[in-house]
Amino acid sequence: MSRPNIYYILLKRLRVPLITLILIYAVSIVGFVLIPGRDNDGNIWMMSYFHAFYFVSYMASTIGFGEIPYAFTDAQRMWTTVTIYASVIGWLYSIGSLLSVIQDPAIYRLRRESKFRSQVKLLREPFYLVCGYGDTGARLVQALGQEGVRTVVLDKDENRINELQMRDILGRPLGLAADASKPVILEEAGVLNIYCKGVIALTDSDQANLLIALSTELFKPHLRLIARAESPEFINSISSFGDNEVISPFEVFAERLEMLMTKPSHYWLNEWLTGIPNQPLQDSAFPKRGAWVLIGYGRFGQAVYRRLHAAGIPVQVIDPKTDAEDLPEQSIIGLQANMKSLQLANIDSAVGIIAATSDDAINLSVLMTARELNAKLFMVARQNQQDNNLIFERAHFHLTMNRGDVIAHQVFTLLRTPMTRDFLRLAQQEDKVWVDQLLSRIIGITQDKLPYLWETKITPRYSPALYSACVAGHRVSLKYVIAHPEQREHTLPIIPLLLKRVDTFLLLPDEEALLQAGDRILMCAPYQAYKQIQWATQNQKALHYLLTGEEWVSSTLLRRLLPNS
Amino acid sequence: MNLEKVVFGFFIVLALTLNFAFFVGDMTNPLYHNTFILFAALIVSMITTVLKFGDSTHMGAIFFATSLVADIQLLIAAVIWGWAAHISPDGVTPAAMVAVVSISGGALLANIVSVVLLVAETLSIRR
Repeated sequence: MSRPNIYYILLKRLRVPLITLILIYAVSIVGFVLIPGRDNDGNIWMMSYFHAFYFVSYMASTIGFGEIPYAFTDAQRMWTTVTIYASVIGWLYSIGSLLSVIQDPAIYRLRRESKFRSQVKLLREPFYLVCGYGDTGARLVQALGQEGVRTVVLDKDENRINELQMRDILGRPLGLAADASKPVILEEAGVLNIYCKGVIALTDSDQANLLIALSTELFKPHLRLIARAESPEFINSISSFGDNEVISPFEVFAERLEMLMTKPSHYWLNEWLTGIPNQPLQDSAFPKRGAWVLIGYGRFGQAVYRRLHAAGIPVQVIDPKTDAEDLPEQSIIGLQANMKSLQLANIDSAVGIIAATSDDAINLSVLMTARELNAKLFMVARQNQQDNNLIFERAHFHLTMNRGDVIAHQVFTLLRTPMTRDFLRLAQQEDKVWVDQLLSRIIGITQDKLPYLWETKITPRYSPALYSACVAGHRVSLKYVIAHPEQREHTLPIIPLLLKRVDTFLLLPDEEALLQAGDRILMCAPYQAYKQIQWATQNQKALHYLLTGEEWVSSTLLRRLLPNS
Repeated sequence: MNLEKVVFGFFIVLALTLNFAFFVGDMTNPLYHNTFILFAALIVSMITTVLKFGDSTHMGAIFFATSLVADIQLLIAAVIWGWAAHISPDGVTPAAMVAVVSISGGALLANIVSVVLLVAETLSIRR
């Protein structure tokens, strides 16, 4: 057996206490059998094994019925005194070691592990395996839980797993404190389980994420894998095999920032469609065009600079490192939070400032200082720690970029509605007017909440009623799919965003567009509308009503009798 | 020399010898069968069982099983004797004695199996 069985270990540890107890009992019993007693008439009476065992049993368990069947002699009492102490000590020792074995951290971990293993084996619904339960992992697991998707979580840090189990997350994620980069652990966590839909590698280390990606590829070649990686080498090596999706937090960040500056409407469309559904809509802020000040030239700062520079936006960098060779020309070397360096960077004439260091305190303080100098600045803060949420919210910056949130939203969207990515890619090519119109349509239906996105597939399994109608040759247009299931003249507040047919995409399909079997449609609506329509796509009666306006007669006999139906 | 092996070998052989000492003699006559020896055989057999607790090897599992058989048989023998001596109106009859001794004979067989296994295991290790 490769894994130690917990019961064997427990029993092995209990050998010595049990033998001690057996010996104490044996010596006590033999003592009573050997020591002569007297009956009520004063005759010598030898205790038998039966009586001795009876007496020792109740004496050692401290029940103490007294001296049975005859009052003891002094010799017997002396032996009783000895055995009382011996047996009490024996029991204390045995129970003490039993408790210490159970509470032993090693045994405790084994117990947890074996429980986890059996729970994973018993999973009978699709689940995702999330490796790394940091800020990002926590966000993602929570969001997936609300969507009713089960997750299995691995993290090296025991405290984080404890936190996971303390928190009340829907769908009860299973957690284990173990190193996910070890293949054995991945196997234990159910990579090979047929219900495992994908692996999401979100650990802090690129190396570990690469190992997870490799083992997943070797365990199950076509399993979906989404990994996070920061340095370019790892991004390349993870995406070099299989069809892995790699998310680089800094690149995503920088790309978003650039989008915000060059195409703010597109930026907000992105934010709304990839956000967690039903959260309140953020006020959309639009920065003016002009010069920017960038604080911090670390990996994130560099990514931002590269992007903005390529987009032709003037950026002034401030960084304390004097020896950085790759620092752009005319950069200011100085303490970030320093008023003087901010003034040197022409903060008065800049339109905005980005605090991009890896230290939340510096980011906060530099923005506060900058606000003193120029109240009209557009302020973008990078937030590193989830714990600092409260103060970042209070600071009322125009934009706070939280690393955990950005990646979690990205992964969440990829998992739930992969078509969103296609839609956003296509929307990128549309102009501002088109996007603004779409934005106002979305606001119109969702009432200040982030919209709910889902995909409707015309397949026998997902929407049997629609599928059979399409196959039977009925003219099913999109209009019927989004009609109100009780009053077909009205449509539900739903915006069909994208229609995918084999490899062609139709952006914002028309209501009259005809559907075919195999089509996939990306829909966007408030959550209530989703619930209503879900019912219609699966229910034949409801669909029949939507298509014809007549009530469906389910009995064949009745249909024959009523010729018009 | 492995101390664990010494201890286990000692107890398993002791269980056999004590069991044999109790078993030999006229089956119907209590005088040939000492209660102290039966008690000692039972205790030693129990200790042998506990010594194999949590042994996950194949051999360990077989040892555990055979000594468990010996425990149960000796315990039954002791209970029958106690019943005959204290509860039964006829006292320790030759029939009761035969039952006690023959059951302990069963335990003896189990202990012999244990010792044979021990010898076989020892011979298979060529060191």
